[in-house]
Amino acid sequence: MIGNTPFVVCMILVALGLWALLSRRNLIKIVIGIKIIENGVNLFLVATGYVQDGIVPIYTYAPPDATMVLPTPQALTLTSIVIGLATTALMLAFAVVIHRHKKTLDGRKVTELSG
Amino acid sequence: MNLAAHAPILAIAVPLLGGFALPLWGKIHPSLRNLWLALVASLTAALTGFVAVQVLTTGVQVYTLGASSPGETLSPGGFPIRIVLTVDALSAFMGAIATLLAVVAFTYAWRYLEEEEGKTLALTLGTLLWAGMLGMAFTGDLFNLFVFFEVTSIAACGLIGYRTWTSRGPEAAFKTMVMYTVGGLFVLLAIALLYGEYGALNLAYLARLIQGTTVDRIALGLLLGGFLMKVGAVPLHMWAPDAYGEAPAQAVILLVANTQTSLYALFRILFTLYGGVADPAIGWLVVGLGMLTLVVAALMAVVQMDLGRLVAFGAVSQIGYMLLGVGVGLTVISSQPAFGLVAIQGGIFHMLNDAVAIGLLFLAVGAVEKATGNRDLGNLGGLGHDLGWTTGFFLVGSLALAGIPPLNGFASKLMIYESSFALSPILAALAILASILLLAVFVRAFQGAFLGPRLASPKPVPTAMLVAMGVLALGVLALGLFPELVVRHLVEPAAKALWEGREAYLRAVLGG
Repeated sequence: MIGNTPFVVCMILVALGLWALLSRRNLIKIVIGIKIIENGVNLFLVATGYVQDGIVPIYTYAPPDATMVLPTPQALTLTSIVIGLATTALMLAFAVVIHRHKKTLDGRKVTELSG
Repeated sequence: MNLAAHAPILAIAVPLLGGFALPLWGKIHPSLRNLWLALVASLTAALTGFVAVQVLTTGVQVYTLGASSPGETLSPGGFPIRIVLTVDALSAFMGAIATLLAVVAFTYAWRYLEEEEGKTLALTLGTLLWAGMLGMAFTGDLFNLFVFFEVTSIAACGLIGYRTWTSRGPEAAFKTMVMYTVGGLFVLLAIALLYGEYGALNLAYLARLIQGTTVDRIALGLLLGGFLMKVGAVPLHMWAPDAYGEAPAQAVILLVANTQTSLYALFRILFTLYGGVADPAIGWLVVGLGMLTLVVAALMAVVQMDLGRLVAFGAVSQIGYMLLGVGVGLTVISSQPAFGLVAIQGGIFHMLNDAVAIGLLFLAVGAVEKATGNRDLGNLGGLGHDLGWTTGFFLVGSLALAGIPPLNGFASKLMIYESSFALSPILAALAILASILLLAVFVRAFQGAFLGPRLASPKPVPTAMLVAMGVLALGVLALGLFPELVVRHLVEPAAKALWEGREAYLRAVLGG
């Protein structure tokens, strides 16, 4: 019924996140951009496992003839969310340290290094 | 229980668990922690070596997690549903490089790091990074590739930025983390696309199914982009010189290994996963990126005044040679397999040679910084009077990197020059030009830092650091003097695993 709409929405989220990443200079906003990309990808993963009229894959009292949505993408998404937490925490921690040294979060002003 | 069959998973589990236990031992006493690290490191090295010997003598090793026997890769439906580790000659080769550099890094770190400057933390992160690299090398499953990719990303960025009292370390770490995370998300999106299309995550199973449809091509593009971000190929190299330049020396050589592990993952994707629908256009793309990387990075190295950043650009340019060698192989292998094999051998042999030579250079730079507290070429000079061994090691490393016979860089670069010349003479000419440029850069750096009148009186370099550098210097000489031996026994099986061995890789997992 809904066709490819979820996939399109996820891709729009990913594109928005990339745009935020490239256009913003504030370090916190860069992290937010990455989080938006990540959420888009996670939603995409869940959407790939959707089955029309499917029920929760861990539902114990499911009727025997019920179709379930695919459990694998949900397990993957869970893992990916945990990994995302770790990377976000680390990036924000570095942003805090940078702010402590430079008293600013503007990406243009903190740059001592020029790769 | 047959322990030998469990060696692949133990090689990942031992450093992972041992790494997390390190801070606990450190709380009791630093010497207990050192003892524990020595134990964990030697056990992991022995396990990796054992797996490599098994692979080279009996062929591809598979290990199924959670099955009643490790060889039981398929569920009763004939579908690989469990997590599978698949170790072939290339994985074993990559694991051996990571292990060599990790052991050298820990030997060096023993006296290089100061207790009050977060030594326990750095050793823990180093061990976790090692576990992640072995995981990336041994996994036979796309999603676990992503998980270990992120394990290495987090550990590597922790290592770059843990010195929070400096301002440059955390800045380099933030930059690197952004690149690594976005790269990781590209990889995850590609995995989601492939899962959505084929409903599987096992690399071998997907490789059988893959059709080369538009979705597959988009996924390949995302995988390429994601891994190239972590490899640091130009134009995605912005993080690499900063990270290599700002991380402490023992962490930098782990970063070099980490970069190469991503390169390994890229080759695995290009050949094993997409080998059935191999397209010369992709090969040309890899060749182009390789050329761009080696030329641009060599040019950037010329203007550097900081010894660490100068070597860092040298390291980035070496990635270009590996991409060039394997890219040429990918371009021609379906029409001329023998020629393609030589090209791939050149690229893969260069991974080992680069790991040893650039590792030696980074350690020598670390020793200079430790002895003088300074890395600026403008303020350094005459170190050769006092730091005899370090001077020698830096010279050996730079000559090897520039590809001067009889050192090891020459052996693999010659294979790359020959094969790229056969594809297009312009490629070989540019690659040689970049090498000459690097030689000039390193001669200038050597002359500036080590020759001339004595400017300061440096502290002596601790013996443990000299031993670590000595091991790599011996490696440079040995690989340079006996390249035939190494190519025949290690590099050729690894290169064959990519193309001819693809069917063996698939059969080991799927049977039949």
